[in-house]
Amino acid sequence: MRRRLTPYLLILPGGLWLLLFFVVPMVTMLSLSLQEGDVVSGYVLTGHWQTYVDAIAAYRTQLARSLIYGAIATLVLIAAAFPVAYWIAFHGGRRKATYLFLLLLPFFVSFVLRTISWRYILTDEGLLLGPLKDAGLLPPGFHVLGTPVAVIGGLIYNFLPFMVLPIYVALERIDPRVVEAARDLYAAPLVTFAKVVFPLALPGVFAGVLMTFVPASSDYVNSAVLGSSSTTMIGQVIQSQYLVSSNYPTASALSFTLMAVLLIGVFAYARALGTDAVMRVSER
Amino acid sequence: MNNAMTEQAAIELAGVHKDFVSHGETVHAVCPTDLAVRPGEFFSLLGPSGCGKTTMMRMIAGFEEPTGGTVRLDGTDVTGVSAHHRDVNMVFQSYALFPHLTAYQNVAFGLQRRKVARSEIRRRVGEMLEIVSLNGMQRRSPRELSGGQQQRVALARALVNRPRALLLDEPLGALDLKLRQQMQLELKRIQREIGITFVYVTHDQGEALTMSDRIAVMRDGRIEQLGTPREIYERPATRFVAGFIGTSNLLDAAVQRIDDGIALVTFGPGERVLVPVPAGVTAGQDLEISVRPEKIGLRREEPTDPGCSVLSAVVTDVVYHGTSTNYTVKTTAGPDLVVFDQNAFSAEDLAGPGDHVFLTWAPQHSYPIGV
Repeated sequence: MRRRLTPYLLILPGGLWLLLFFVVPMVTMLSLSLQEGDVVSGYVLTGHWQTYVDAIAAYRTQLARSLIYGAIATLVLIAAAFPVAYWIAFHGGRRKATYLFLLLLPFFVSFVLRTISWRYILTDEGLLLGPLKDAGLLPPGFHVLGTPVAVIGGLIYNFLPFMVLPIYVALERIDPRVVEAARDLYAAPLVTFAKVVFPLALPGVFAGVLMTFVPASSDYVNSAVLGSSSTTMIGQVIQSQYLVSSNYPTASALSFTLMAVLLIGVFAYARALGTDAVMRVSER
Repeated sequence: MNNAMTEQAAIELAGVHKDFVSHGETVHAVCPTDLAVRPGEFFSLLGPSGCGKTTMMRMIAGFEEPTGGTVRLDGTDVTGVSAHHRDVNMVFQSYALFPHLTAYQNVAFGLQRRKVARSEIRRRVGEMLEIVSLNGMQRRSPRELSGGQQQRVALARALVNRPRALLLDEPLGALDLKLRQQMQLELKRIQREIGITFVYVTHDQGEALTMSDRIAVMRDGRIEQLGTPREIYERPATRFVAGFIGTSNLLDAAVQRIDDGIALVTFGPGERVLVPVPAGVTAGQDLEISVRPEKIGLRREEPTDPGCSVLSAVVTDVVYHGTSTNYTVKTTAGPDLVVFDQNAFSAEDLAGPGDHVFLTWAPQHSYPIGV
């Protein structure tokens, strides 16, 4: 009897935590999105789905922009993170742990502060552009801050470890002898990479995409700090609807829409990649 | 035999050696070695772990570059050629199958890289899977296969390319005893059928003895002895070989006198060991004599034949093994000697612990090491 109860007892603390701090707010938010009223006179649940239609119509540009920024950032992240992860996994030797620690070192500084420090780097006469302009390599009017490049660059910078780590874990698990076997069977180094190393690292890429695309698309810090009104992302809209306009139903409706879009995207992605690769993440 | 001598070696190592630097010190993994493997031969590299046998094989495969010397395949120098351009294939210790590919795709991998026509690949892979008795397993992924089946896929994956030589790195190590013995016979059968040169790395002397045409026994980066299983077992060149291959009784003694090429060594009263020795061995010379346990007869009465070796002994231990009974005895000639008695005539032990017995064997079963 006791043995049969043990698994449930083990899941109890985490389960209760999730129920209290995840499920309850979700339900509250869903209900909030279907209410009408204002802060002064209070809100009443009316099942007003029109809020969704209006919110999406009003902010579809920001929603689409967020998904595009997130997607670009994710693609660049795969390209940037793979070589790093590969190098640490296969050439890191005894210093692997040190390199991983160095990768995570910036995380000891707060997310917002790190992003603000990027302002100093990217600002018009800052660390990066100042010398280049002085040297005449860039026109005086050239700027990066406030452009999509700065926002996406910030996203890439902030989420890099979340892409490197899962890919590193997947690569680390590859038996070096499997790589040698490919070489032995006449595969040149690049072919070995394409036919053996990359396919075996796919579960890590999948996990990395999940861990970066979702938070990058809903991020509101990078655009606020590094962007301008032309780079506004949906996260910023939700934040200002909640905290500035106190328009709770619209904010909730936008949150739910974003969540639905991301969930559908992730499932479609998992489908396309084959559930096998996804399952392997948990199985191995 | 003469033909084999003049024949082009399938694999030839000339002065090949490999040094590693670890903690600023140079380690000689393989000392300068000359070696010629004949075409179609089942050749084993046998030795304890760390003896350099795997490094030697990896230099043949192209995974390790020799510090010096030349590697030739069928007479062509391949020393600087990387693994994917070398016409040898390898069966890895833990199989190293591609986990994301099916059995069929694993076997087809090498042919696809060589741009063999699709229909040809299908035919050859099918044929090879048949040879290793894996029909119907084409679509299984490696983790859906048993250890023995994975082993067969690994073998098929290498052999399907018809390499000049197949290199096998302890391929049976992960299998249980019964399956291992079955696979030994099967490997031998496949090798005979296909006629490819096999280079087999193992630390299991029994495996090497039963499968090989020739064996190179390695120790500390050097080949201690190279010969047929029979030569290595019956006439070990060094004390190490005598001890590593099977069990051996080693007796140290000085030659008393030599009659007709047979040296006489005496110990206590009535105790003598007769050893055939080559010309050049003289009276007074110290000999190290190896006697295999199964060659020794155990007697309750003192043997009368003056043409046989005789030692007097006290039994200290008796272990029944089914096909044989193993006796450990104490003698004046050496510390613990071992005698294997085939249980061919009696179901009872010949003697028990504490019994006084006589050991006797024919002169040809004494072998002087290193002379």
